[in-house]
Amino acid sequence: MAIPLIYNVRSLRARWTSTVVAVLGIAGTVGVFVAMLSLARGFEATLVASGSARNAIVRRAGATSEMDSSVTLEQVRVVEDAPGVERGDAGALVSPEVVVIASFPLKGRDTEGNAQVRGVSPKALAVRPTVRIVAGRVFQPGLTELLVGRNVAASYVGLELGRTVRFGGGTWTVVGVFDSGGTAYDSELWCDFSVLRQVYQRPQHLFQSATARLASPDALTGFKDALTADPRVTVQVDREVDYYAKQSRQLTTLITVLGSIVAVVMGIGAVFGALNTMYSAVAERAREIATLRALGFGSGSIVLSFILEALGIALVGGLLGCVAVLPLNGLTTGTINWQTFSHLAFAFRVTPLLLAWGLLFALLMGLVGGVPPAIRAARARIAVALREL
Amino acid sequence: MVRIDGQGNGNSLIRARGLGKTYQRGGEATHVLQGLNLDVDAGDFVAFMGPSGSGKTTLLNLLGGLDVPTAGSVTVAGDEITRMSARKLTAWRARHVGFVFQMYNLIPVLTAFQNVELPLLLTHLSKAERRRHVETALAVVGLADRMHHYPRQLSGGQEQRVGIARAIVADPTFLLCDEPTGDLDRKSADEILGLVDRLVTEHGKTVLMVTHDPLAAERARVVLHLEKGVLVDTVTAGRAR
Repeated sequence: MAIPLIYNVRSLRARWTSTVVAVLGIAGTVGVFVAMLSLARGFEATLVASGSARNAIVRRAGATSEMDSSVTLEQVRVVEDAPGVERGDAGALVSPEVVVIASFPLKGRDTEGNAQVRGVSPKALAVRPTVRIVAGRVFQPGLTELLVGRNVAASYVGLELGRTVRFGGGTWTVVGVFDSGGTAYDSELWCDFSVLRQVYQRPQHLFQSATARLASPDALTGFKDALTADPRVTVQVDREVDYYAKQSRQLTTLITVLGSIVAVVMGIGAVFGALNTMYSAVAERAREIATLRALGFGSGSIVLSFILEALGIALVGGLLGCVAVLPLNGLTTGTINWQTFSHLAFAFRVTPLLLAWGLLFALLMGLVGGVPPAIRAARARIAVALREL
Repeated sequence: MVRIDGQGNGNSLIRARGLGKTYQRGGEATHVLQGLNLDVDAGDFVAFMGPSGSGKTTLLNLLGGLDVPTAGSVTVAGDEITRMSARKLTAWRARHVGFVFQMYNLIPVLTAFQNVELPLLLTHLSKAERRRHVETALAVVGLADRMHHYPRQLSGGQEQRVGIARAIVADPTFLLCDEPTGDLDRKSADEILGLVDRLVTEHGKTVLMVTHDPLAAERARVVLHLEKGVLVDTVTAGRAR
């Protein structure tokens, strides 16, 4: 039978100062680890949620994002006629779009942030049904009016509903605010594409992308095959979800790698903390351990007992770290989307899976910090250790 | 019957033959025990005396399977423990030896009850059976009313009585007491010695005790003197019974 757990619990309590140090070390590490991962997860989720499985985005073949893409009016007509496209009262649900970057002063900071301005067709809201107007109204075609995402209104100075702003040589009025459910669109400003092209002196027959609403998610294959086989167009077709997932990959990988490096470095420190706590526990309790072994508890029981004790410290630290980062969940922050060079607001996402990873990381630290002292405890010579003070 | 001449009749409970223990320190060999023979019958109460460094505790450790000799053998109830693997020796200790230590060696974070219960956790006894055994052992040492006290809440004498209860609770083959009164005042020491005495006379226990204290040694039926690793005296009769 194993040494009773109550022995470990009470021993930890009796030496609570060094226990607390080890617990805090592990809690801090797990907190940073989970926070970094939830940052990456939030960024990824924001971009991925921007796409719909029923939408397809058409860009010039070889373009890495909308920024370096171009689609002609003739190509848009071909897209509209392609099989699988949903049709409504106004015809095929295809929104040809123009995208530019404009900078605006960020609230609470001395710097400006790049915002993505999207010139859309009047069908844009039908193509993206998740986008809802929450204040004001839609812009009127032909006028320099803006419909801004809710993060835009919150992040930039002078982009609140009813305000007037100058950029790109035009004077624009914010006439409405929309909510796209926490996606990348919430960081965008939408307006009439023809007005945007005029203001930026872009050719009138050129767009940067065309987003098509498909009849069903399964319609993509037929739609894509028809367009890629058509000699009149040289375009690439992606499911919108995949397009945004690809955009998020670079930054999420960077955050995850950097976060992991920071967590590993902190983890090494926490492991030393755990090692120190456990080694001093073993040293302080040398006679107790020797007594238990004299009474007939085997080396295996001793090792198990001390590893469980280290895991107990790690578990408490891990739980504490997880609880500490929970308030981050939903907290909005922003960064540059490197694919579009525009500011993107997104929220931390502390998911159960990330918390599980955090706890696993904590237990790993406990194990690494607990095994060497446990082995030392089991290896000490009983006859010598029995006489230790 | 206790013999140190190696001429025991083979029925003795504990038998040591040619027992030797040498420590290597900085390339120098220290012979703590040399060619020691000993025969102890069941029910004997033996005290080992001798100056510091004479090998008393080393002998006790070898007889209790806490250490392994560099020469010779120890046989207890027919089992040669000096040939056992570490794992087997651990199990053997749990079954056959009850240890009483000078510093009591109680686990400070466990109550008297929990300390006494420890050896029983290595048996197949149910929780209820363990409880009964612990209560009996604590009653034998007169601490039935202190079972939920922690060691820090007990006097030195009471702590040692808990130590004795822990040593006897699993009904071991013999008890090894290393200076059981070494840390106690005279009154408490006498109480402990009286208790050990009762274990021998009333419960038929076999006790081997190391002590510096002549008054403690007097309680034993046999006192053996160790000097420089050898049992030098012939068997000396203890206090008349």
